[in-house]
Amino acid sequence: MAPPRSFLWTRRVFLTLLAGFVLLPVYVMISSSLKPLADVTGKFRWMPSELTFQPYVDIWSTVPLARYFVNSLIVASAAAVCSVVIAVFSAYAVSRYDFRGKRVFTVTVLSTQMFPGILFLLPLFLIYVNIGNATGIALFGSRGGLILTYLTFSLPFSIWMLIGYFDSVPRDLDEAALVDGCGPLGALFRVVVPAAIPGIVAVTVYAFMTAWGEVLFASVMTNDTTRTLAVGLQGYSTLYDVYWNQIMAASLVVSVPVVAGFLLLQRYLVAGLTAGAVK
Amino acid sequence: MTSTVELPVRKGESGDKAARGPRRRVPGRIRRVGLPYLLLLPALILELLVHLVPMVIGIVMSFKELTQFYIRDWGAAPWAGLDNFRMSVDFDAPVGEALLHSFLVTVGFTLASVGLCWLIGTAAAICMQDTFRGRGLLRALFLVPYALPVYAAVITWVFMFQHDNGLVNHVLHDQLGLTDKPSFWLIGDNSFIALLVVSVWKGWPFAFLIVMAGLQNIPRELYEAAALDGAGMWQQIRRITLPSLGAVNQVLILVLFLWTFNDFNTPYVLFGKSAPEAADLISVHIYQASFVTWNFGTGSAMSVLLLLFLLLVTGVYLAVTSRGRRASRA
Repeated sequence: MAPPRSFLWTRRVFLTLLAGFVLLPVYVMISSSLKPLADVTGKFRWMPSELTFQPYVDIWSTVPLARYFVNSLIVASAAAVCSVVIAVFSAYAVSRYDFRGKRVFTVTVLSTQMFPGILFLLPLFLIYVNIGNATGIALFGSRGGLILTYLTFSLPFSIWMLIGYFDSVPRDLDEAALVDGCGPLGALFRVVVPAAIPGIVAVTVYAFMTAWGEVLFASVMTNDTTRTLAVGLQGYSTLYDVYWNQIMAASLVVSVPVVAGFLLLQRYLVAGLTAGAVK
Repeated sequence: MTSTVELPVRKGESGDKAARGPRRRVPGRIRRVGLPYLLLLPALILELLVHLVPMVIGIVMSFKELTQFYIRDWGAAPWAGLDNFRMSVDFDAPVGEALLHSFLVTVGFTLASVGLCWLIGTAAAICMQDTFRGRGLLRALFLVPYALPVYAAVITWVFMFQHDNGLVNHVLHDQLGLTDKPSFWLIGDNSFIALLVVSVWKGWPFAFLIVMAGLQNIPRELYEAAALDGAGMWQQIRRITLPSLGAVNQVLILVLFLWTFNDFNTPYVLFGKSAPEAADLISVHIYQASFVTWNFGTGSAMSVLLLLFLLLVTGVYLAVTSRGRRASRA
């Protein structure tokens, strides 16, 4: 049952071209990050004229990259952890109980995922500005305010993906725990959560990644001190120069943590992502 | 450990009931009714805070004359009635004309991008169905565009599309000689192509992932039976693989459509606050209408119109595809 030659050749050519297409920007990112400034402002060259690690040194002083890094880290982790903790309870309810309004709840959660972010951005912006004026609580421009806006997308998909993971934990397990005298919360935390740990970790990583890559809310809801990486990278272009080698170096530095996390956990992430669509 | 012995006794009634009916999931009648809602409470409060209230306010905003003078006290903004909506859909006046143009660009872009993502993703998934040397590595590699933060990936494309020092012009003009002179990619009509390339580069791995998962559910026996009947590889793909993906494709295409249609990150990083006309996607357009010209009322009216359109498309799509109805009920 070997595939015919024509298929093997088509496959080889197609996959090679596709790999080239995928890798091209990655190659440009890596190679340009090792070039001196003259190489990236002049004609494009495939190879650096001289190999330098200077861009990796300079990125930290040209813009306050470390601060942006910390901001992104705090905002993305907080958004991920908050949404997953809250999602655990609601996903357990949806996965294990029948109740009135269950369908309304799941459909609402699913549909808010399809709404454009711009729909929430304008009102949230206005709410924050007005709360700030009325009470002096600075939500606008603060990390806390940004975290709250990130829940608009991270909460629905955390709930949605966790329902899938909890459904895959056999009901007999937590029913046995209930029979043995556990309360419903006991069954959740002693049986369901431990059994779904890979899924919960995957959802957290996924929520973190999404928040790490978010641009829309970050570009409006941050100020000089709370700026995240998404907005901070713009700082490498000045009126006179665009430090492309530094931009590429910084892009690589901000990408490595999430790409590594994704590739390490891809098996679990993919399971959760595809569960909803394929089942 | 000792607590497990004492617990049913201390719990009294509910413990007894659980002991009498071992299949009963939740002990106690009151808890069974109230518990799911209690579990949902934190999520409900947050949903209210981040989705429901903003949406209601967004709708109210769309009926107000909310310019920069009223942002500090939006309650004082005068009512505009349907003026914002009228302005948005008055296609003979500049605002409406620009919105219509942006809408049409977005529809064209979305159809092209979703089509290409689906095509490439499906082809790659079919190619990777059988095991071969390097398959695992290639699979991980294909996921990289999906894993990279949008701004880091797209900014690299911005560099590649540069007029003077970009890779694209270097290859097309200097090395292959395909163009007479270096082209501008991020302004003018070419910007649509640039946007499409980046969007497909970023989006196809998702289609690939979903289709790969779908392929795993096709029974091997189908292929074996087809092979016995003399069907070749290409026939098997056409007669078994593609039809079996029907249900998966329906969900996949809807999700891809909504994501691409709503995408803000890619055009914003590629072009900045105001996109070139040929690539003026609707979310950046609304952003610009709101935050650059500071007219929140019109921006909100546009958002509401956009939402109505998306609900309409999704509703029709779900009604047409039976699978969609089942998925939303699940």
